[in-house]
Amino acid sequence: MCQVDEEYNVHLENKVTPSVSKKCVKCKENTAVLIIRAGDAFCSCCFKEYFIHKFRAMLGKNRVIFPGEKVLLAVSGGPASSSMLSQVQEGLSRDAPKKLRFVPGIIYVDEGGVSGQSMEERKRAVSQLESVFRATDYPYYIVQLEQVFSLPSSVLDVGSSATKNPQNGSSYKAAVDQFIQTSQNQHPDLSVKNALSQLSSLSMHEAQTGGSSPIPPGQTEALQRLFASVRTLTAKQDLLQTLRHHLILHTARTERYSKVMMGDSCSRLAVKLLSNISLGRGASLAADTGFSDSRYGDVVIVRPMRDYSSKEIAYYNRMFDIASVFIPSLDTKAQDKASIQRLTESFVTKLQTDFPSTVSTIYRTSEKLHTACPPQNTNTQTSDKCLLCTCTLDTKTEFSAFQATLISEQLSQRRGPGANVRQGQCCSAEGHCGSGENGCCPSAKVPGPLDLKSMLCYSCRLTIKDMTAVDTLPQYIVSEAEQRNRRSQMREEISEFLLEEEEDEAQSF
Amino acid sequence: MVPLLCLWLVTLNEKTASLPVPMRNSASDDNINMAAPVALHLEFGGGAELLFDGVKEHHVTLPDQLDPWDMKQLLVWIKENLLKERPELFVQGDTVRPGILVLINDADWELMGELQYELQDKDNIVFISTLHGG
Repeated sequence: MCQVDEEYNVHLENKVTPSVSKKCVKCKENTAVLIIRAGDAFCSCCFKEYFIHKFRAMLGKNRVIFPGEKVLLAVSGGPASSSMLSQVQEGLSRDAPKKLRFVPGIIYVDEGGVSGQSMEERKRAVSQLESVFRATDYPYYIVQLEQVFSLPSSVLDVGSSATKNPQNGSSYKAAVDQFIQTSQNQHPDLSVKNALSQLSSLSMHEAQTGGSSPIPPGQTEALQRLFASVRTLTAKQDLLQTLRHHLILHTARTERYSKVMMGDSCSRLAVKLLSNISLGRGASLAADTGFSDSRYGDVVIVRPMRDYSSKEIAYYNRMFDIASVFIPSLDTKAQDKASIQRLTESFVTKLQTDFPSTVSTIYRTSEKLHTACPPQNTNTQTSDKCLLCTCTLDTKTEFSAFQATLISEQLSQRRGPGANVRQGQCCSAEGHCGSGENGCCPSAKVPGPLDLKSMLCYSCRLTIKDMTAVDTLPQYIVSEAEQRNRRSQMREEISEFLLEEEEDEAQSF
Repeated sequence: MVPLLCLWLVTLNEKTASLPVPMRNSASDDNINMAAPVALHLEFGGGAELLFDGVKEHHVTLPDQLDPWDMKQLLVWIKENLLKERPELFVQGDTVRPGILVLINDADWELMGELQYELQDKDNIVFISTLHGG
């Protein structure tokens, strides 16, 4: 142990020694202005080139976004997403060979109702953002978080995935070739421009109707009541993220966007990775932090900023005057220990100052993560997906530590343990139920208070557990839950007449 | 405009005169290269400005002192004179809170010697918070 300590001390002292007026490691001429990774000093010129190249390389490497595809940029006004917007602008304005070829749109979710901002503050932030968005000429959508109360329950359905297979490299190439040919036949470069101008004229219309739409009375209060019923900041942040995703997803679907770009930086993703593990979201870690996330089926989330550290982004924005708008959020001015997310962030950033490879190590780990089941199981029933976060349910495995915890929890609660355990078994193993355990099924038929828990993944259960009342949840969640409940009840009722797949296979042999 | 500025400077000096910064009597000291007052342009961004009443830009003049001002002393000065609330969200130990970037004249402070950097007159110091929620 002593040796280890000594080594660390030497390392730390070395790091502190000033290295004044270094030259840029790339051009070796200009004076460096910033250090990116340990020891790599860049001048502003080389840094700009490096930054722009990285964005293009990230999209080129993954080949997920097809030419001519509609891509919705989720911009929060923060540094990372603002920087992403500027990179998209940069990429689309380029000359032919290196040009990005998708059709962008912008969405901003106004969360001021949750973080206790006044109407004036929210309007000011929105107008600041609108001036940024207008300068891009892309269509934009300003959505208030209050609109979750008017979402349809179809948001929670998993859409069927697009006809194209994004994993296939050759089809991507074919699509690119085809796109170039058609655009050459029409007129060089005009098709996208036409589409863009059409879209922007559309957007002006929409911005006037949708952007400034007043919030229906009572919804801000309902939103505040919802978040007041959540006891911990950890659960609040988690719930907010879920609702935000639903709104973005809904907008993407109604406006026919097939991709959504999120501005998560690698510093952010490193924090997200560790905090999601602590939140019990380990099963969906790969989807939550990877480059692309296809859990919603028809709308794929991509994270093109995941190669940039927050430091690089902050410097780039500062040096090249990328406007970002600071909007206070739930955890603004919060203490380090206010929530799991906050604590993880301070843990990672503190470690990062002494050990500059912390973030990249965590981030490289996230790159290597894959889900055990292949992603094309989007055809599986929606009842197998978490009601809130749409990840595959991790609570249905029979012999997990989670089941053991549940059973011991139910045993320790004195009130009517027998019925509860049975119901739990019934949900966890429908197969047994179908074989005719008469003591089990009737209890499930009794129309009682809505059992949200059975439709949630482990982590979302914890979030809901932190709520004092679930009746404050938006209507679309409750009605979808009721519908799923009815469906599963009906399934149970007719289960005796259903042929089980496993039996079927066994018989055929 | 000019008298206003003077007035502001005077009030600033009055404020700073009562500082606990070690100040030796310059008349009795025979050291002639005593540091001239250092005027700085401080900027706070990325949410760090919330700890300074939401004011992003500050023009300050540091009081005279025998030794040249360095970043370490500046942070102490900011903590005692400019910070309006929750000092632990800006300064931790004798350096800035991890996650807050410092730029000296638009260059990374890691290249300038960090806390040991000697402040010059008319330097531009920027603090940007990269933390979620500022």
